[in-house]
Amino acid sequence: MKQHSLMKHLPVQVFALVLVVLATVSGRASAAELNIEITRGVDNPIPIAVVPFNWQGDGSLDEDLAQVIANNLEQVGEFRPLSRTNMLSMPSEEREVHYRDWRILAQQYLVVGKVDQVPGGQSVQVQWEFFDINRERKMLGEVLTGSTTQLRDIAHAISDVIYEEITGRRGAFSTKILYISSEGSSQEDLLYRLHVSDYDGRRAQVLLESREPIMSPAWSPDGSQIAYVSFETDLPRIYIQNLTTGERRQVTDFSGINSSPVWSPDSSHLAMVLSKDGSPDIYVLNLATDELTRMTDHPRADTEPSWTLDSSSVIFTSDRTGQPQIYMQDINAPGFPERLTFDCFYCAKGQFLPDGVNMVHVRRDTRQDRNYSIAILNTETSRVITLTDTALDESPSVAPNGSMIMYGTTANGRGVLDAVSIDGRVKFRLPSAQGDVREPAWSPYLN
Amino acid sequence: MGTQMNKFFKTAALALALVGLAACSSTGDTEDTTPTVAQQTGESDAARAARMEQERLERERQEQERRDQASLNTTVFYFDFDVAEFQPQDRETLIVHARNLASNPNRRIRLEGHADERGTREYNLALGERRANSIRDFLIVNGASRNQLETVSYGEERPAVRGQTDDAYRQNRRVEIQPAG
Repeated sequence: MKQHSLMKHLPVQVFALVLVVLATVSGRASAAELNIEITRGVDNPIPIAVVPFNWQGDGSLDEDLAQVIANNLEQVGEFRPLSRTNMLSMPSEEREVHYRDWRILAQQYLVVGKVDQVPGGQSVQVQWEFFDINRERKMLGEVLTGSTTQLRDIAHAISDVIYEEITGRRGAFSTKILYISSEGSSQEDLLYRLHVSDYDGRRAQVLLESREPIMSPAWSPDGSQIAYVSFETDLPRIYIQNLTTGERRQVTDFSGINSSPVWSPDSSHLAMVLSKDGSPDIYVLNLATDELTRMTDHPRADTEPSWTLDSSSVIFTSDRTGQPQIYMQDINAPGFPERLTFDCFYCAKGQFLPDGVNMVHVRRDTRQDRNYSIAILNTETSRVITLTDTALDESPSVAPNGSMIMYGTTANGRGVLDAVSIDGRVKFRLPSAQGDVREPAWSPYLN
Repeated sequence: MGTQMNKFFKTAALALALVGLAACSSTGDTEDTTPTVAQQTGESDAARAARMEQERLERERQEQERRDQASLNTTVFYFDFDVAEFQPQDRETLIVHARNLASNPNRRIRLEGHADERGTREYNLALGERRANSIRDFLIVNGASRNQLETVSYGEERPAVRGQTDDAYRQNRRVEIQPAG
């Protein structure tokens, strides 16, 4: 059995500082948490039983670890956790496990665990074990130590290990998302907020609150910094904020649009959109030298930059032929960009998946077709898969393991965040309790 | 046509009859003179015509002023879907804004461009800017100075109206003229 200290094992990020742009705004502690509901699942999900972890300590724990793990696995759609009411026994360690109890219930996998209070502190020790029912074999066992405020982190870490053990792919349950909300009844009293939360919308914190719009949140590749656009000076300007220290700086102050900041995967450059020379064009800022290089030069709009995985090119949206289409530009040879999309009325906001071949984008197929959907274009075969069928889908953001795409859409007249699996078969929704939420930005791996 | 002619003759006949009546009464009763305005003020026909013309011009000027004020009070201009050029019927109104800026060189305005929520946010930011620029360029051509005009695009971030109806979208595709800070 492996022994880990959670301090080493998990990212200890402090999202402490809430910047309030307008002093008149009373800072509410945290915006409403998002909840997850599964709208469509796979045909044959893997049956897995996650038994409630046995708690050895005073009072009760703030979080139900087994429930968090079961929710995580259910949300990605590939698994069907067993309902607790159907369990025949509730083992918490290997010697209490009877395989027959789980084979009768047609379970393939079993997760058990127990939580002990570490004497004299706010720490807990979590022992968990993972079994393959058909092979009647224990596959994994681990002991994790962490503070009582890290219970969800522990549950996500366990979920990541289980997911990788079963699917062979790295789990993304310990990741976070940034998103924007706006709340208010009229144009004059709208309140905009930038939030960070767990990938499932839980533990949301407000990073910035303003009476003026906030847009386009983006993560640095190491997850330590974020960039976004804020209109707090009455004009759209790009800011970079350190998540650990809260330190924040304005990066641009050019006339016109300053928008769409995106780090290159190698962290060397920040791509952005500036309209200082007449119309929106793509620029690349060298973060080491502060040198700004213009990548595109066209009187129509060039916007929504995103990087190729090798940081050598930016893809972007341009309406140079009339309607928005997606293009690719080598950053070392600015000139004529290569066009990537052809057979759509409106193709925009492209972003490569971790395989570097498939590109997620927002797509409206024809002028008559009024839906804006999330779609994937295979840039080698030109095959297109449309993942969503709601009308106003936008701002797709890919999980670092490429398994899910989160995006903004509208349901019952309100902005909500949805996530869809890469094959389009699994969906879950993170509805907000109040206001409109939008522009999710999925973090890189943080551990 | 026929009825109009008829009406004309009837009116003319009535007028002649009234003139005749007036002539009779004036000749019949000398001490009760019929004072005409011209006689009373001693105004000549030419002066009277000039004064009437003056009054007409003043009325026209007031009317124009009223219309200009109405134009200046029109500060929101709407756009067609995915179109960055303002609508032709707004030309006259915008010309009034341009002339007002030309005659008030210290006045500065801010043109705020907006888009409806359909399509991607950053592309809509670009669209809002293009709309604001289309009005800015027209104002400059018609007499406003470049340094009187500031533009900003809010894209789809500040809708005037909530909702997913065509009517809400129409009201959200707009440029608003605001006083510059």
